[in-house]
Amino acid sequence: MTPLIIVVLYLCLLLGLGFWSSRSFRGTSRDFFVASHSIGPFLLLMSVFGTTMTAFALVGSTGKAFERGIGVYGLMASVSGLVHAAMFYFIGVRLWAIGKRNGYVTQIQFFRARFDSSGIGYVLFPVLVLLVVPYLLIGIIGAGKTLLPVTTGALPGLFPNPATPQWAGGIPVWLTGLVVCSVVLAYVFKGGSRGAAWANTFQTLVFMLMGLLAFIFIARSLGGFQQATNLSAQFDQQGFLVQTHRYDAGAGELLENDPPKVIGKTLGNPSDVAGKHPLLARTPTEVELYTTDPSSGNQITFNRQYGIGKWMFFTYLFIPLSAGMFPHLFQHWLTARSAKAFRLTIVAHPLCILIVWVPCVLIGSWATGILPPLESHKVSGVLGAMVATLVGSPVLTGFLTAGVLAAIMSSLDSQFLCLGTMFTNDIVLQSVGPKRFSDRQIILIARGFVFAVVAVTYLLSLVAPGNIFDLAVWCFTGFASLVPLVLASLYWRRTTLIGAYASIAVAVGTWFYFFRASGYGGEYAIGPGIVPAAVCVVASAIAVIVVSLMTRPPSDETLAKFFPR
Amino acid sequence: MTRSGLILIALVGFLALHQDVWFWNDDETLFFGFLPVGLAYHAVYTVAIAIFWGGVVMLAWPNELEAFAEDNQASNDSE
Repeated sequence: MTPLIIVVLYLCLLLGLGFWSSRSFRGTSRDFFVASHSIGPFLLLMSVFGTTMTAFALVGSTGKAFERGIGVYGLMASVSGLVHAAMFYFIGVRLWAIGKRNGYVTQIQFFRARFDSSGIGYVLFPVLVLLVVPYLLIGIIGAGKTLLPVTTGALPGLFPNPATPQWAGGIPVWLTGLVVCSVVLAYVFKGGSRGAAWANTFQTLVFMLMGLLAFIFIARSLGGFQQATNLSAQFDQQGFLVQTHRYDAGAGELLENDPPKVIGKTLGNPSDVAGKHPLLARTPTEVELYTTDPSSGNQITFNRQYGIGKWMFFTYLFIPLSAGMFPHLFQHWLTARSAKAFRLTIVAHPLCILIVWVPCVLIGSWATGILPPLESHKVSGVLGAMVATLVGSPVLTGFLTAGVLAAIMSSLDSQFLCLGTMFTNDIVLQSVGPKRFSDRQIILIARGFVFAVVAVTYLLSLVAPGNIFDLAVWCFTGFASLVPLVLASLYWRRTTLIGAYASIAVAVGTWFYFFRASGYGGEYAIGPGIVPAAVCVVASAIAVIVVSLMTRPPSDETLAKFFPR
Repeated sequence: MTRSGLILIALVGFLALHQDVWFWNDDETLFFGFLPVGLAYHAVYTVAIAIFWGGVVMLAWPNELEAFAEDNQASNDSE
């Protein structure tokens, strides 16, 4: 019950912060959408980092490391540090300058003006909204999966949870999603982008601090960092995958399994893997895993590949390109007071990634020695299960859970806000003209659309697949596929409207083809392990170049607005 | 060679260093007794990236964009 009380208090505190920051809200739509371009370097860093690191970073990375091992850090985190900073430098600063110069608050306004076409906005709007929806789903699902295990036993009469008897009495996923959406909607509605920036800063600091605390306390329960790493699942001489220890949560101590507990076996040659810790390297290793279904008690067997192939590792670099086209990030960029405000973000963003991801990836690989094997759709619960099992203090568990929720909500707020901003500016005001509504009415329209999208997304979260990492990668793949368009628009004067349409069509077409082939959201690789994002990005880039060269270039008058002399 | 060109060449170099095939199969070497080498390498790599971008923002900041942004600011502010 204690963790639940702390989480509720944290949500109340967050609401209080939202209402406090709304006192500095200037009442204009420009302040609601882009905080009147007044955000300084530190707030920009925290809000940009908090926005890009959602449930994907904490819950998803831990779960993926549980599935694949320590290679997940290089696969997604270190390359993101490089590519995200490059996107901020090459796209963010330039778009900020163009946006501020011409008074834009959305990406679509930029593309419409760049190509002298309102039609391109109507094409891009549904694409961007549909790609933001899975991003929202990640947060809503991640919040639910984190809170359920740590609140086990809190309200057994109300929530018996027959499908997950091991978490009986825990707050169900559907209720957590509902509460988190309501809290974020409340403070975003009250404070707009300024409120979101303050809430993001506070929440980013909370989740970074709590992530480090979780790391330290989990390591301590496992007998220290060295022992914790050595606990990760290991092959014995016969090729069986074993856990050498178990954690007795009641007694709060680590006990040796004698003989070691068998949780799987290699599907390759046992002599190749004897004595190896497959989660501490990246060697692709096929294993068969055994676990027990908690609701039926039946034994389940399934296959998994530990490690990461070299092609997948290399082509994953295309996925963080997505940061160049996130509409919510674009909106944060535009809140910057000056171009110089970006400097701290560009330099410190990789370090913030390091602080958050290294502990999560280690916790995920340690978990393979403690938790039973979990099927892919259940691995998002690994972080919550490790905190619930290994952090003895309910007070601390409550704070750590609040930290995870902070990471999730610090992304949801920006995404909610950007959806409202896009709908109001790119669809409503574009259709009826900028003078038709008062500022107050414009803000009301934005809030109404956000409410509708969040309601639909919440309903989708009740039926969506549960693997947060895979879902996020599909969302990022879609945004990355559109990056050739924004790069061409910013740096190549010859880019034409028809070239832009071709790029969007190819990006959407290739993305949907692979998404369908994956079974609508599973992990998917082409040939030797090439991720779909690589093909989508290259195809989209070829389309914009070839078609632009075949069509008439934009006028000099238009180009003067976008290219500094 | 332009400023952007030099940065792009450096980025390609960093991408090459990202493919640390030499540590791929090593599950035994642990830094500080707990950090697997495949993770430790990428942690150091991340710090190197931050230092690289620190150099970029100090030595190759696009100051002309600031002036470009302010060019039309008077008319926007009066809206």
